[in-house]
Amino acid sequence: MVSSNPTLVAIVRLSLAVSLTASLIAAVVGMPLGALLALTRFPGRAMLVVLFNAMMGLPPVVVGLAVYLLLSRTGPLGTMGILFTPAAMIMAQTILIVPIIAALTRQTVEDLWFDYRDELNAMEVGPARRIATLLWDARYSLVTTLLAGFGRAIAEVGAVMIVGGNIDGFTRTMTTAIALETSKGDLPLAMGLGLVLVGIVLAINAMAWAARLWSERQAG
Amino acid sequence: MRAPSSELPVVLDRVSFKTGETTIIDRLSLTMAPGAPTVIVGPNGSGKTTLLRICMGLIAPTDGGISWGGRQHAAMAHRAIVFQRPVMLRRSVAANVAYALARAGVARRARVAHVDELLARVGLLDLAPRAARRLSGGELQRLALARALARDPELLLLDEPTASLDPASTRRVEEIILMAAKSGIKIVMASHDLGQVRRIAGDVVFLARGALCEQRSADDFLNHPTTSEAAAFLRGDLVI
Amino acid sequence: MQNRIQSLALALGLSIVTMAAPAFSQEKSIVVASTTSTQDSGLFGYLLPLFKAKTGIDVKVIAQGTGQALDTARRGDADVVFVHARSQEEKFMSEGFGVKRFDVMYNDFVLIGPASDPAGVKGSKDVSAALKTIQAKAAPFVSRGDKSGTHFAELALWKDAGIDIATTKGPWYREIGQGMGAALSTANAMNGYVLSDRGTWLSFKNRGDLVIAVEGDKRMFNQYGVILVNPDKFPSVKKELGQAFVDWLISPEGQNVIANYKIDGQQLFFPNAEKKAS
Repeated sequence: MVSSNPTLVAIVRLSLAVSLTASLIAAVVGMPLGALLALTRFPGRAMLVVLFNAMMGLPPVVVGLAVYLLLSRTGPLGTMGILFTPAAMIMAQTILIVPIIAALTRQTVEDLWFDYRDELNAMEVGPARRIATLLWDARYSLVTTLLAGFGRAIAEVGAVMIVGGNIDGFTRTMTTAIALETSKGDLPLAMGLGLVLVGIVLAINAMAWAARLWSERQAG
Repeated sequence: MRAPSSELPVVLDRVSFKTGETTIIDRLSLTMAPGAPTVIVGPNGSGKTTLLRICMGLIAPTDGGISWGGRQHAAMAHRAIVFQRPVMLRRSVAANVAYALARAGVARRARVAHVDELLARVGLLDLAPRAARRLSGGELQRLALARALARDPELLLLDEPTASLDPASTRRVEEIILMAAKSGIKIVMASHDLGQVRRIAGDVVFLARGALCEQRSADDFLNHPTTSEAAAFLRGDLVI
Repeated sequence: MQNRIQSLALALGLSIVTMAAPAFSQEKSIVVASTTSTQDSGLFGYLLPLFKAKTGIDVKVIAQGTGQALDTARRGDADVVFVHARSQEEKFMSEGFGVKRFDVMYNDFVLIGPASDPAGVKGSKDVSAALKTIQAKAAPFVSRGDKSGTHFAELALWKDAGIDIATTKGPWYREIGQGMGAALSTANAMNGYVLSDRGTWLSFKNRGDLVIAVEGDKRMFNQYGVILVNPDKFPSVKKELGQAFVDWLISPEGQNVIANYKIDGQQLFFPNAEKKAS
């Protein structure tokens, strides 16, 4: 039933496309941000670190609502006309997981920096190169960070429901479909969709794990 | 063979280094000139590591001044340091050397050949693709030396490079150091191994409690110590 | 090595974006803010493919409560509203957010309760009497509590029964703030009564012990209306496409489609468009 149902395939595809894109954008933004927080000392840094750590627990509905108001026709970004589209969902999920990726990256990079500081100083490595070096050398831990972000993105329902609108065949994801079927009282179908979601998340984590093992063996 | 050094002599003029209330280096004046290796000798906690870091320019004296070839704010370009416990990047042996070459400004195309040459010099060519963090202690020290040599240094600072090595590994590391010295690199090395001092040192700087006690040729130091601290150290009595 | 992996990651990112790209194209599509009852009953699933086949227009339905759907339109985020709370729709019109309001169809509300019927109201045709009994016996009652059309209808029925629910409600009256399906599930779980539109009830799959307790009272009539959002207020409104949808719904063809939608042989909605704006 699962493989032969084109609607389900489209829903899975959209969920993956939205959450993977959001994860990648969040990584591109969040990882250098986390590294910067790890390496620099400035007034208010401690507050920023606490803020990012706290924002890891940001409720998706709140993010959804904020993005909704932003993208609404009467909102500041209303002219973009992307409310109730996958682009809006990507935006909301990106905002949701940038703090997670930045906070976890900061911790990882800070630990590595204590290890590397003397050597990099002795090689006169400049600030930008430092960040690149630390991110690259922390890459195996950062894969886990990325998966944490992706996991939160693909599992959340509050934000995509609000900014996507759960439109059939257009912005309906695994989680909003589950919410819908639950509200329609079709609990077996909702549960079935839930199991598919768990299976997909499991498969992606297994693939990432295998890739990590393989490349760790290659490069240490 | 080599252009006249821009880093030497290293002159320390009444250099002090304090953290809080603790004085680690105490009004130390010292000149390190081109020539045979200078070995900094002293018991644990005498300030050897801090002195090397000051000589590298990694930390600034809290008092007094230091100059390299007459310049006081020299870039580190032609200095290199090997820490007592070197940290390698989580990359291959070859990549670690390539990284140091890149930071020293060697063009990408020239790096590959250069990496091989440096690894051959320290006897690690066979291990080039190996993960650097999985090397043994002796291999790690030799890789650290290759990485330091990648900077094409005039001044090479070594912090007890054989402290935790077995005799065979120690020997290989010392051979590399002597070879480097012979090629015209000024070696400044911390050690408390008197056998090593005998094998390597041209002159000896003896530190106790952060202060300079003696700076003399190795033979003189080993056979006729003039201070009671040095004599006690050579006898094996702990100086605190 | 580092560069190769970076470019690989970039390629992967691009491919994901292009994979999602078809979903971004918005040619010939409108957004309709509608109610959970029309979606959950399956009407849209039946009706929209026929409309698309005829006109090529994609209708994207945001299913919300009536109040929320009207608010979505008030912010300019929908082209058409299709809802069922007459007083709210008229307020929306008087504020100038709509072009014209058309009756489309009706169905009716039913009072659902557990088969055990703790309040003893089953089989009655007088919804006011039934609600009075439920309140007197403090039998569990689930309210949508979400400003939906059904919620407004429920509040109007309490008022008709002479009960001021805002001041007399007790622990027996549970406002859950969720959609129709969730309200039915809650009623099933706590053996309570609940007001539902007939369409959602018929298509609901998790009924458990629930049965219809009261039906057929004229006060339980449920009228649906459709409104094109005013393009003068929001230039982003796709007025031609939206108007095409409104016109089709109230055309003989659209009305026929609505009449033909059945679950288990039962007709869910009764078309009653008059081609006359109100």
